[in-house]
Amino acid sequence: MKKKYLSTPITNEDLKDITAGDIVYLNGYLVTCRDVAHRRLIEYGRKLPVNIEGGAIFHAGPIVRPIEGEENKFEMVSIGPTTSMRMEKFEKEFIKETGVKLVIGKGGMGLKTQEACKEYKALHAVFPGGCAVLAATQVEEIEDAQWMDLGMPETLWVCRVKEFGPLIISIDTHGNNLFEENKVVFNQRKEKIVNELQQEVRYIK
Amino acid sequence: MEISQGRVQKQNNEMNETITKDVDKISVKIHDENTVNQKQVMIDTLAKFIDKIGKILPCDVMRALKKLRSEEEQPMAQVIYDSMFDNLDMACSLNRPACQDTGVIQFFVKVGTRFPLIDDIEEILNEAVVKATADAPLRHNVVETFDEKNTGTNTGKRAPYIDYELVSNSDSIEVEVYMAGGGCTLPGAAKVLMPSAGYEAIIEFVFDIMTSYGLNACPPLLVGIGVATSVETAAQLSKKALFRPIGSRNENEKAAELELKLEKGLNDLKLGPQGLTGSASVMGVHIENGGRHPSTIGVAVNVGCWAHRRGNITINSDMTYTTNSHMGVEL
Repeated sequence: MKKKYLSTPITNEDLKDITAGDIVYLNGYLVTCRDVAHRRLIEYGRKLPVNIEGGAIFHAGPIVRPIEGEENKFEMVSIGPTTSMRMEKFEKEFIKETGVKLVIGKGGMGLKTQEACKEYKALHAVFPGGCAVLAATQVEEIEDAQWMDLGMPETLWVCRVKEFGPLIISIDTHGNNLFEENKVVFNQRKEKIVNELQQEVRYIK
Repeated sequence: MEISQGRVQKQNNEMNETITKDVDKISVKIHDENTVNQKQVMIDTLAKFIDKIGKILPCDVMRALKKLRSEEEQPMAQVIYDSMFDNLDMACSLNRPACQDTGVIQFFVKVGTRFPLIDDIEEILNEAVVKATADAPLRHNVVETFDEKNTGTNTGKRAPYIDYELVSNSDSIEVEVYMAGGGCTLPGAAKVLMPSAGYEAIIEFVFDIMTSYGLNACPPLLVGIGVATSVETAAQLSKKALFRPIGSRNENEKAAELELKLEKGLNDLKLGPQGLTGSASVMGVHIENGGRHPSTIGVAVNVGCWAHRRGNITINSDMTYTTNSHMGVEL
C-alpha cells in the first residue's frame, strides 16, 4: 500500500487517481462538521460560517480545552470520527452546496453520498474510530471556532492539520463504495452461518 | 432543707440535661464532618477513576485486542490495529481520553445496605462526573431532551444513569462505570418475539444488527445479548453482559455453548477492525438470561466498541478501595 497525500484546497484533478481502499494523508485545513451543522445548512438554509469549497470536513465532535492566558484559543485534546451514516440524509446536498472535496468519518455512507461523490467529485474516507489522541496530535492548531452555541461536540472547529491519517478511502469519484461492496459479501456469509446456527438452537421442544 | 435539696437535685438534673444535649450536638457535628469528609473522599476517588477509565482500557480488553491483532492477516486491518495501539500508548503518555466520545456516563452500583454513605450515593456520583468532566477532561455529552441544550457538565435529568442493586449485610459498594460512545450505542436494539419464532429468531436478530449498524460501531465489538421476557428485562441484561470479564461464560451450559457458537459465527463474517474486513469481528459474545413469560421471548443486543471503557471499583466503609478491572492502576 503506497502512501498518498492530499492538500487543501483540493481540486478534482487531485482526486481522479484515488480509489476506494487507498490510504491517504491530509495536509491543510480540516473543519469539524456533524449532525446539527448539516441540518442547519440543508433544512434551515443557513449559510455555513466557514468556507469549505475545495476543503475537508470531519464528522467529529472533539474534546477541546481553552489555552490559558489566551482569549478564544483552544487546544485539541482528543478528536476522532463519529458515525458518518448519521449525515447520509444531508450529505449529497451538502457536498453540492459547499463544494467540499473530502468527507472524513467513521463507517460507510450510502447511495446518495456515493452519487454525490461521483457527480460533484468528492471522497469519503474513514479515520480509524476511537483513535482520538493519535488524531489530536496531527492537529497543529485550532485556528477558528464557529457556531459555538451548539456546544463542544457540534461547534465547527477549524483545524490546521499535518499528515492527518490514515484515511482509508471508502467512496471514490468513480462510483466505488467499499462498505456497500463489503456488505454484499458479509450478507452472503451471514445467510449460510445463520442457517447453520439456527439448526442448533431448537431448545423449545 | 428538703425543699432546698430538692432544688439542688432539680438544678443538677437540668445541668446534666444541658451537658447531654451539648455532647449530643458535638457528636452529631463530628458525625456530620466525618460524613462530609468521607463524601469528598469518595467523590475524588470516583472522579479519578472515571478519568482513568477513559484513558486506560481494562486488562481483559487489552488481552483480547492483543490476541486479535496478533492473529490479523489482512494488511489494511493491520494498519488499523497499529493506529489503535499507537493511540492507546499516546492516551496513556499524554494523559488524554483515548476516544473523544466519553459517553453519557452510566453507573451500575451494588451497594451494601450498611454502606455509610448509602443516603448520598446519587449526589456523590453526580459530583464525581462533574469533577471528572473538568479534570480529565471529558466531552460535554448530556443534551437535555426537548430543550435540546447541552448542559456542559455531563449531568442533567436522569444523567448520569444510575442502576442500583442492594447487597444485604455488606458495608461496601461496588461501582461499575461505563463510558459508551454514540457509535456503539446506536446498534442497541430490543424486541419481544413470539415463542413460535424461537431462539432461531434470536440468531437472526443478532446477525442482522452486526452486519448493519455493527459495522459502524468500531469493531472488533464485544456483543452483549439479553434473553428474558420483555424489552426492558432483556435490554438491562444485554448491558450487564458487557460488564463480564471477556471470555467468561454464562453459568447455563446451553447459553455458554451458544456464546461460543455465536463468537465463531460472527468471527466467520470477518468484519475486521472498523468493519473494513479482516480476520475476525468480535472480542467476545456474552449472554445474560432470565425467566420468561410462556407467551414471549424478550431479546436485546448491546455492543461495546473496541475501546470498551468500563471500570469496576470496590469502595469500603473506610473509603479504601480496590480497582478490580484495572489491576495495578493508581488513582
